[in-house]
Amino acid sequence: MSEWWTYSLSSFLLFSARTYYRLFELTNADVWPLQIVTLAIGVAIIFLIVRGTAWSGRAVAAMLAALWLFVAWAYMLERYDPINFAARYYAIGFVLQAGLLLWTGAIRDGIRFDSSPLIPAKAGIQSPTHEPAVEPWVPAFAGTSGARWVGVALLVYALAIHPLIAPLSGRPWTQAEIFGLAPDPTVIATLGVLVAAARPNWLLLILPLLWCIISGLTLWTMESPEAPLVPLAAAVTLGIAAWKTLSFRPPADG
Amino acid sequence: MSAIAINRRKFLGALAGSAVLTLPQATLAQGAALTRPIPSSGEALPLVGLGSWITFNVGNDREARDSCADVMRAFFAAGGRMIDSSPMYGSSQPVIGYGLQKFGAPNLFAAEKVWTSSPARGPAQIEASRKFWNVPKFDLLQVHNLLAWEEHLRTLFAMKAGGQVRYVGITTSEGRRHADVEKIMASQPLDFVQVSYNVLDREVENRILPLARERGIAVIVNRPFREGDLVRTIMRKPLPPFASDVGATSWAQLILKFIISNPAVTCAIPATTRVDHVQENLGAARDPLPDAAWRAKLVAHVAKL
Repeated sequence: MSEWWTYSLSSFLLFSARTYYRLFELTNADVWPLQIVTLAIGVAIIFLIVRGTAWSGRAVAAMLAALWLFVAWAYMLERYDPINFAARYYAIGFVLQAGLLLWTGAIRDGIRFDSSPLIPAKAGIQSPTHEPAVEPWVPAFAGTSGARWVGVALLVYALAIHPLIAPLSGRPWTQAEIFGLAPDPTVIATLGVLVAAARPNWLLLILPLLWCIISGLTLWTMESPEAPLVPLAAAVTLGIAAWKTLSFRPPADG
Repeated sequence: MSAIAINRRKFLGALAGSAVLTLPQATLAQGAALTRPIPSSGEALPLVGLGSWITFNVGNDREARDSCADVMRAFFAAGGRMIDSSPMYGSSQPVIGYGLQKFGAPNLFAAEKVWTSSPARGPAQIEASRKFWNVPKFDLLQVHNLLAWEEHLRTLFAMKAGGQVRYVGITTSEGRRHADVEKIMASQPLDFVQVSYNVLDREVENRILPLARERGIAVIVNRPFREGDLVRTIMRKPLPPFASDVGATSWAQLILKFIISNPAVTCAIPATTRVDHVQENLGAARDPLPDAAWRAKLVAHVAKL
């Protein structure tokens, strides 16, 4: 394609917005009532981040890995691939991310959350006891709690608000993009987890951020009103990750 | 392109009724769709066909496939023949095959493309396309966007000589590589060339359309509505008063009549997902068709919108 520069983004969009949104409707119908399970997993992830126990990171990474794998199969290969040649490569990326989450997060414990309570205990109410998750390598710097809140906010958005885009845009509820089934809310929730983690994990951020660009461009080319949302989540994540990296102070000797 | 006057009475009647009437090259076929002959064979082809870019790429969505099949049924019922697709169009090929299997199409003119940078893979890709359509052979095979055109044309001409395809062509879109298209048109025994052409994108009027007439090459027009943008942009504006001169009842029909009334054009291939739109499109391929002066008037009118 020697004249590639003459092509616009819309030249590569092989499908209509109507067909694209039908994919979510079909995926939802395929797996119903699995939506209840994936949303319950999402709530469990939020709970684990807020509690910040010693094994929270491993559990969250394992659950996310399972959902990335599921999206690769149930959405990318089963539904998206027939209308988009690139979807099989997206599926490979999602499988790769699942592997990274398993290896880096679940096995090597590379996602850790601050153990300080996100919601301070009120007088008269006993604070929950939990094992301190903070290892010596975990940095302690101002704003960790704020970042954790942002992470939780991204998760809440992915679970509860992102699915509302369909009805708010005049499309049927059945086309709602559900966490754990559709890629965008799954990726945004993953970004939330990585933002909430005590230390940024750039290796785990690469593919989700890449997906945010791909999805944003796809929606923008389709002239979808929600096009800026996924790139916005990526920008917030990128900013916080960069800030955390720059603020990182290695633990003092002794 | 020679004129055929099968419907001479209707033509003469219309000529008496209006000063802006119509070119004699187009004739009525079954279902009242006007036709124009393919220069290399004389075979009559309805002036409006059916494209499948984007609209038929609905994947394995059964409901959407049925909807596409309904569009195909309405297309054939209105006298349409040519359906055009490509391996580049995602699931459009199996969706066309689904529609053909569901409703049948005795008058189908199957137009496909070869689209691979590997010349060796061309025949296998064509065979895969044929299986998707589930037709004995294609009527027309085109080299899509001139990709590896020299090698693919050799394959297609050999297939034509062997009776495996009836016509051979090349395609481009959105004004790309027109110089190469001209060169190929001038040097190869093509039956068809496919280009983009509409009331706003008229570059082909300068050289490609005249060359097609000179060389006896049929012209297929893709993206007549600029993938719908053109109609969406101007549909809110009232139809010009001279729309009634050619019996157009919508902007879509005006735009199509502008295209198919050009005597070099053999067939325009708008794509749609709607039965009423396919009927409206085929409705454009009816008398009267405008002349050059009317077309110039439309160009000037649209430029002012």
